[in-house]
Amino acid sequence: MATTELAPTLDLDGAPPKRRRAVRLSLADRVTVALMVGIPMLIVGFFIWFPTISSIILSFSSWDGIGGLHTIQFIGTRNYHQIATIYPPFWPAFEHNIYWLLFLAVIATPFGILLAYLLDKEIRGSRIYQSIFFLPVVLSLAVIGFIWELIYSPTQGLLNNLFEDPAHGHLIDWLGNPKINLWAILVAAGWRHAGYVMIIYLAGLKAVDPSLREAAAIDGASEWHAFRTVVFPAMKPINIVIAVITVIEALRAFDIVYIINNGRNGLELLSVLVTDNIIGEASRIGYGSAIAVILLVISLIPISIFVANAFSEKRT
Amino acid sequence: MSDHSSPSPDPAGSLNPLLSRRKLLYTGAAGAAALYTAGASKAFGAATPSAFDVAAAGTVTFGSNYSDAVPKKAMQNVFNNFTKKSGIAVKVNTVDHNTFQEQINSYLQGKPDDVFTWFAGYRMQFFAQKHLATPIDDVWKVLTPQMPPAMKAASTGLDGHQYFVPIYNYPWAVFYRKSVFKANGYTIPKTWDQFIALAKKMQADGLTPIAFTDKDGWPAMGTFDILNMRINGYQFHVDLMAGKKSWDSAQVKAVFNQWKELLPYYSQGALGLTWQEGAQQLLNKQAGMFLLGSFVGQQFTSAADHADLDFFPYPQINPKWGQDSLDAPIDGFMLSKAPKNLAGAKQLITYLGSAAAANTYLASDPNDTGANKHTSTAHYSVLQKKAAKLIASAKHIAQYMDRDTRPDFASTVMIPSLQSFLNNPNDVDSLVKSIQKQKVAIFGS
Repeated sequence: MATTELAPTLDLDGAPPKRRRAVRLSLADRVTVALMVGIPMLIVGFFIWFPTISSIILSFSSWDGIGGLHTIQFIGTRNYHQIATIYPPFWPAFEHNIYWLLFLAVIATPFGILLAYLLDKEIRGSRIYQSIFFLPVVLSLAVIGFIWELIYSPTQGLLNNLFEDPAHGHLIDWLGNPKINLWAILVAAGWRHAGYVMIIYLAGLKAVDPSLREAAAIDGASEWHAFRTVVFPAMKPINIVIAVITVIEALRAFDIVYIINNGRNGLELLSVLVTDNIIGEASRIGYGSAIAVILLVISLIPISIFVANAFSEKRT
Repeated sequence: MSDHSSPSPDPAGSLNPLLSRRKLLYTGAAGAAALYTAGASKAFGAATPSAFDVAAAGTVTFGSNYSDAVPKKAMQNVFNNFTKKSGIAVKVNTVDHNTFQEQINSYLQGKPDDVFTWFAGYRMQFFAQKHLATPIDDVWKVLTPQMPPAMKAASTGLDGHQYFVPIYNYPWAVFYRKSVFKANGYTIPKTWDQFIALAKKMQADGLTPIAFTDKDGWPAMGTFDILNMRINGYQFHVDLMAGKKSWDSAQVKAVFNQWKELLPYYSQGALGLTWQEGAQQLLNKQAGMFLLGSFVGQQFTSAADHADLDFFPYPQINPKWGQDSLDAPIDGFMLSKAPKNLAGAKQLITYLGSAAAANTYLASDPNDTGANKHTSTAHYSVLQKKAAKLIASAKHIAQYMDRDTRPDFASTVMIPSLQSFLNNPNDVDSLVKSIQKQKVAIFGS
């Protein structure tokens, strides 16, 4: 891709183009081009393709990560088979990733957009609200996990001590009940995600030509109608960025559940299972890689939709 | 046994793994797996400051998982005395307890410290077998006369060489407050029926009879271990842990069914609580009993409360076994595969096995009992004396489930399985079948 884009610029440089001369002249340029293309390619190859392909290869193997590469045994698709059939945390983790995606996409992201839209109205104290909503984005998810743990803890947490009576056994088990804890954590993650979406969307809204909105208002469009038909379409590039961010956030979710309870007992996620199997003492490298490959395949779905969209945009 | 929720005293240890994890997840989900494989050792090496330092003559590096405040200070006192005595400086790299355990594979394959903290039993033997530890038979020539034979056995790898030096161990027992028992006229239960009767009485008195916490996943293993040893005996337990017995057997089902009887007496929200929160329930007299290691005493910070803490051995279930076994995990030290300062490291590890080291350590951490025979009991609290007696009188000592079996089995199979039992105690049959299938998959390969 990079080379095809570079070629025309070279042609433009050698003013009235005499093909042969241009080639001879470009000797120094060739080195430059080779470096400019080669270094990124090496980086991409080393940091993206090499790990990805190694993961795929390792996913067909059994290896405890100790000793040289010759200790790797290849076992075909056994890891995949076992993951799908006898590994109880897998399907819950798979579902939870989908819940994360749905929750962020349907609730947290629209909420962030709403916040941005309201703050764009120049209400009094807008700056303060912005800071408040944006604050969680500045904190790492690990810190957020810790903060919410203080709120949710069944006996010592804020929520139960305000509304229940933990000392006498009346409490809601926000963190330990696998039917509740996922939603409790999604609120925590959504709290952060909404702030993130808000700041991006707010920046986008500032760039929307105010005359568009005025025109809509003069035409008698309601607030919602104007947003839906005028502002939202005008924000298309930002909307795509936000869609991508939402998908990425949902698929790479990890830190917060890991802080809360190591991502177990109702909080399983594919990323956690990868970690559990690979970097813990467990060291089931092949098994964990197989889960990682499954996560990769899932990630490819939104990625391909996005890429397909982006390219079809260019053509039109 | 550190709490994952508490902020680690060592930012380098606790944050770096998270940062690198996140970085990897940025680069792409699938990338994570292989990058860890390929770069695991490097990544961890960079996280430990020792990787950048060349060991100066007279310095030994020490990788420590003593991250909680009390034990950390106790270890530092031991090192200070060692330095005073030998002139060898000790450079300590403390890593959060749980993180240390999770990173141990890559840590030992990367650039580990000369001496590192670890556990006896299967987990020691595993790394010895993988040649990630240095045998220290010569150290044991010095230590053998000072150590009980059980300690030497627990320090010996499958090849017959010693790889480990113990400093202390601690019993798992049922802890309670003497004042609570006295005020309510409770008596120590000797049998299962008395135990259940006592729990019922406590419930009637408005107490949570048994504090139980399993957010971190490992504390429930203690209950499984002791019930299994009480019902099926020590040998069955060891064979089960070693993968030699079947998990869907009648014996294992019996353990879970027995366990079911306890569930009505447990803390509310047990799966959302850490052991520290359970200890607080005991401390605040909200709960009557708590099965835990004696490190529960770390939460009893005032001297009066600590003096009020007492324990009894787990009640008998099957008269054939009585109360003959218990979990009493041994903590200690190992030498990494190629210590930069081998002579210094051996001096340090020998000292760590001495009675002097145990005395110093236990002076600041009065919840454990020294491994060395000559550990002074003069400063032992009543509780420590009792613990030492309990351990000495036990016929069989187990090391705790996550130390007695394969770590991949313990962490990826047993923790989720025990938690799913606690959530859904009525489906024992399908649970044990699922465990058995996963056991075959892991042990079979």
